[in-house]
This record gives sequence, structure tokens and C-alpha cells, in this order.
Amino acid sequence: MPDSELALAHHFVDLDQQHDAATLGMWVFLVTEIMFFGGLFAGYALYRSIYPAAFGHGSRLCDVTLGAINTVVLISSSLTMALAVRAAQLGLRARLIAFLAATLLLGSLFLGIKFLEYSHKFHEHLVPGAGFGYSGPNSRQVQLFLCFYFGMTGLHALHMVIGVGVLLVLMVLAWRGHITPLRSNSVEVAGLYWHFVDIVWIFLFPLLYLVDLHK
Amino acid sequence: MSTTLLEPGQEAGRNYLNADYSIRSWLLTTDHKRIAILYLVSITFLFVVGGASAGLMRLNLMTPQGALTSAETYNKLFTMHGLIMIFFFLIPSIPAVLGNFLVPMMIGARDVAFPRLNLLSWYLFIAGSLLAMVSALTGGVDTGWTFYTPYSTTYSNSYVVMMAVGVFIAGFSSILTGMNFIVTIHTMRAPGLTWFRLPLFLWSLYATSAIFILGTPVLAISILLLGLERIFGVGIFDPKLGGDPLLFQHLFWFYSHPAVYVMILPGMGVISEVIPCFARKRIFGYNFVAFSSVAIALIGFLVWGHHMFVSGQSVYAGMVFSFLSFLVAVPSAIKVFNWTATLYKGAITYHTPMLYAFGFLGLFTIGGLTGLFLATLAVDVHVHDTYFVIAHFHYIMVGGAMMAYLGAIHFWWPKISGRLYPDAWARLSAVVIFLGFNLTFFPQFILGYLGMPRRYHAYPPEFQVLHVMSTAGSSILGVGYLIPLVYLLWSLRYGRAAGPNPWGAKGLEWQTPSPPPTENFERTPVVTEEAYAYTGEEASVDA
Repeated sequence: MPDSELALAHHFVDLDQQHDAATLGMWVFLVTEIMFFGGLFAGYALYRSIYPAAFGHGSRLCDVTLGAINTVVLISSSLTMALAVRAAQLGLRARLIAFLAATLLLGSLFLGIKFLEYSHKFHEHLVPGAGFGYSGPNSRQVQLFLCFYFGMTGLHALHMVIGVGVLLVLMVLAWRGHITPLRSNSVEVAGLYWHFVDIVWIFLFPLLYLVDLHK
Repeated sequence: MSTTLLEPGQEAGRNYLNADYSIRSWLLTTDHKRIAILYLVSITFLFVVGGASAGLMRLNLMTPQGALTSAETYNKLFTMHGLIMIFFFLIPSIPAVLGNFLVPMMIGARDVAFPRLNLLSWYLFIAGSLLAMVSALTGGVDTGWTFYTPYSTTYSNSYVVMMAVGVFIAGFSSILTGMNFIVTIHTMRAPGLTWFRLPLFLWSLYATSAIFILGTPVLAISILLLGLERIFGVGIFDPKLGGDPLLFQHLFWFYSHPAVYVMILPGMGVISEVIPCFARKRIFGYNFVAFSSVAIALIGFLVWGHHMFVSGQSVYAGMVFSFLSFLVAVPSAIKVFNWTATLYKGAITYHTPMLYAFGFLGLFTIGGLTGLFLATLAVDVHVHDTYFVIAHFHYIMVGGAMMAYLGAIHFWWPKISGRLYPDAWARLSAVVIFLGFNLTFFPQFILGYLGMPRRYHAYPPEFQVLHVMSTAGSSILGVGYLIPLVYLLWSLRYGRAAGPNPWGAKGLEWQTPSPPPTENFERTPVVTEEAYAYTGEEASVDA
């Protein structure tokens, strides 16, 4: 069977229509993701405007160095993801697999560093709840800040985990030769998703880590 | 009327129903029509559960001290009624059943854009409703369907988390449905089918889908935060940390008010299909009806604060929300006027779908106008959280959305099943439902205005007459809902074959056999005329 027939699902008229549907579908999904994170951002904005000092104190508890390293890691992974999409469209299988693997590694590195940060917080008794041990000023509102810290970065990390899973599947597909220039929609929409998750981090990093740094 | 026999050749062709009879072929289907049937069966079951809990509530309210249940059980009953009817019946009703069936057919496509996601959405819906059922059966939830904090996070001694997870999961099924409709309508229209030739049902579903994808994620995140707070005992709504429980109400209503439009917009779409067909006239002011759907969806996102007029929201916010709530009435009124103008000098026939459409017109108008009372700040202080509110939104959701849903089922049943139902029984049940509905809910306007608060299991004796009237009405309503269940099932076996277009209706879905073949159309249709190109000269319906 020729590749163009393999590539076209039964219910589409042609490949263009299928491509339009796939990309529009992912964009629509990303809109829902923006709204999903948006609820948390709205709550953050509200409380930060009510408790600016406590959010400053809370922000100093975050490890700016690790956060900055993670930002670089994630932006680099966006580059490798974009290159992977390009390789898929050009049909360069070896390069596609290599760039997917690089993205996967960088994503995992990000999650590893995030895990490190979480375990520091845990050992320093900075996890909200019964064992919360921060005794500085505004300790209750600092706990509120940390609720946002864990909620927002946790949700982001969950998206990263899903992204890493998607990358694994794509690597297997590419390995078996199922991704060709005509059948590269999956890589393209996964790329959109990956960039979105990166962009969320670009907002999270200053909101959580850099609040008080200018003083 | 012949009973079992079909005219020769009528069922010769393969269709989506007889293509494969195995259970596996149903459970793993990616055919949008079969998924619609899966949804139809599931939500019918859930409707019975939600209706039964309402029936028990009404029975309890026969006597002032509560005739049947303890106060605690009563709280769980109204919570269950609200949760099931809203999240597991009304929200999926027209979009997931008729939308799934009709969106590809109305645009001349073979399926929705993402058939596998469509099936996934049904499984998510089932998973969510199972959790809700388990939560209800193992102990129930007593927070009311609104899950207000801090009661839901800290004090309620019931199965809140499981129910919340159920609603959370079911929300994703709505998101997938909305995504599918938007992408399908954008990318898969048949040649010649421009945006302004689309049936208005699709405009309304498009607006509904926009609410699904913009609103449902906000509900999801608020429910997630609520669940985390309840599990870990700490969270962002926690007043002990300086958190604001009112934030939960804002996030909740940011979705849940637009959800009201999720329930009514598809119904408005149905009415826009039914009225031109049975008046044999073009819809009056197509563009206005189309854009009013979009306007309702947009403005609907800006009115959520009217649920919090007495919750300690600032008075300026209250004034803005009050103004915007009045504003959203304008596009709704435009629709009602346009439907009425469509009827004017039409060749009207009173078939069952049309009876439901008339019911919708009257009841929706009453529901909408009483909504203006509630949008008025000062009046709302008086009737807030009373039966007036209950009556108002039941006129919208039952009198409006449910009437439209039943009208839609009756309009497209010949297409879905290939059979005609007995029209006399159908008309009778439409009348019974209309009478039962009004007897149930009109007294509640009076009760509320006199001061009967909602969600109370007991009441002062002077309210008893009105409560008994309401309970009596609810039993009539229950009978009215049972009759269609019986004759529609009956028609599957004994109904006359419908033929492709029993109503003489316009629209692509009527140009293919009933039931349609799996691929919907033998060849992709080409559209050369506007929607509702009725001339008034068409043959009348013989059904």
C-alpha cells in the first residue's frame, strides 16, 4: 500500500484536511490547558495582591539556581523538539530518533532536578500540611504560597511526565518506521504540546522563584 | 399501521445498526452514530436515577415535618439529584447524543474529526458516572451540587472526594466532545457548505463547544484543588491560612454559570431546526439567530457573579454582574422573537416535535423573564436561595432544555432508528409532560416569593398546599416521561419504517437512508442552497 493511503484515516477526504484537523485539535486542546492552569494563576494573582510580603518571603524559599538551570534545560528541550518535528517532516529517521531522544533526556533531567527540589523542601519541612515547619514572619500565608508552589509546579511536572510518555511512544513509532513525511502529524502535534508545557514553565519560574529578587 | 413487517427492500441495505451485532463491535466502535446510542442509553439510565431522587424529595415534602426521610438523607437526595441531572444528564444530553449523531451528518462528513477520542469521551463519562454512583450508594454527598468550601473541604462528613473525582473525570469527556465538534465543524464541511449555510443547530453546538473547552477546565482545576484540600487538610481555599472560600465560588461559577448555557444552547439549536420544518418556512433572521448563540456563549462567561450577590462580593462587582446578566437576556430574546416570526404565516402542522417546540417557547420565556428578577440586585436579596430560584432554573433546564431534548429525540428518532413512533401517544405524552411540569414548578415560584428557602427538608404548615400541588405535579411529570420510554422502545420492533425523510425536512441528514449506513453518505454531498430552503409548497407530513 502506498504511504499516502496508509497515512489517510478513513473519515477524511484528503491529507490536507487530516493535517488541518490534527493541528487545530491540538490548538483547541491547548486552549483548554490554558484555562486549566488559568484557574491556578487567577488564585495566585489574587493572593499575591492580598499578601505581597508573604509571597516575597515564600519565594525566597525556592532554589533560584536549580530553577534557572531547569529553565535552560527546558528551553533547550524545546529546540530539540522543534528539530525533531523538522526531521520528521523531511523523513530523516535517524535524526528524528536522535532529537526525540535528546528531548526525552532533557525532559527527564528537568523532572530529576524538580524531584531534587521537592526532596529539599520535604527535608526542610516546607511542605504545607501538618508537618509544616516554617517559623518566619507570615508563616501561615507563606504556607499558602507553598500550596501554590506545589500545586502549580506539580501540575506542570505531571504534564512533563505525560510529555515524556508521548516522546517514548513516538520513538518506538519512529524506530519501526511508522513516521514518514506524510505521517508526521503525530510528531507535530506532540511538539505543540511540548512547547506549551515549556511556556507554562516560563511563566511559573518568575512568578514563583523571582518575586523578591529585585530587592 | 402495519406492525412487524417492513416494506420489501426497506432494510435491504447495510446500516450502522445492523453492520455488526456483537457486543464488542459496540464497545469498541468509533462510529459517531453508535457512540451517540451508547450515550443515549447511559444518560437515560442516569436520568432515571436523578429523577428518582427528585421523586423521593417531593414525597418527603408532602408534609411540613418531612414525610419520608431524615434531614441528612434529604440533603443527600437533593445533592444527588443536582449532580446527576446537571453533570451526568443535561450537560451531555443534546450535545453527546444528538450532537454526536448529527454533527457529521449535517455537514456531509463520514465521522467526527477524532473518532477514537470520541469513544474515549464515552468511557470517561462512564467512569465518572460510576464513581458518582458508587459515592452515592456507599454514603452519598450532602454538600449540594455546588460543593461550596469550607463545608465541602473541612466539615462535610460524606463521600465528597469520590464524587468530586467523578465530576472531574466526566468533565474531560465534555472537553473531548467540544474539541471534536469545533474541529469537525471547522475542517470537515462538505463542498458548498459555507458557515452561513450551516444548520443553526451546528451554530449552537459550536457555541456550546466553546463553553466546554473554555469553562470545563476551570471547573476541573477548582474541583482538583477542592479534592487536594480535603485529602491533605490544607489548601488555597483554607481560611486558616488566609485563603478565601469565596474564591472557590468564583472559580466554580465561572464554569457552572456558562454550563447553564451549555444546557440551553443546544436546545435552542433544536428549536431552530424543528420550527422551520413544521412551519414550512425559512427561519426568520438566520444571521441573528446564529450570532445570538455566539453572543450568549460570550456574555455568558461574564455573568457568574450573580450567584454571589449575597456572598459578600463588593457592591460594585454586584452592579456590573447585574448589568451583564440583563445583557445576556438580549440575544435570548432575539431568538424567541425570530422563532415567533418564523411561525408567522407558516403552514404549521402539530406533530410531536413541534408540540415540544411550542412547550419550549412558552416555558423558556417564563424561565428567562424570571431570571431578570434574579439579576436585579435588590429583588435577588429577597428571593435568593428560595424556591423562586429553583422554579426559575427548572423552567430553563426542564421546561427549556429537557423539552428541547425530547423534541429532538422525537424529531430525529426516525433517522436514528429507522422507525416511526405512534404519533398519538407521543402527542399525548408531550401534553402530559407540559401539564405536569407546570403543576410541579409554578407553585414553587409562589412558594419562593413567600419565603420558602431551598434545600430544607421541613417547612411551616402554611406552605403545605403549594408543596402538595408540586408533588402531585411531579408524579404527573414522571408518568409523562415514562410514556415515551415505552413507545420508543416499542417502535424499535413494531414501528413503521420511516423512510429517509418522514417530515419532508431540509438538511443533509435527511438525504440519506434511515438508519444511515456506517459511512453516512454514499458519496460526499454537495450543498447548493441555504439552510431551511422551505418554500411552503412541500407535501405535508403523513405520519
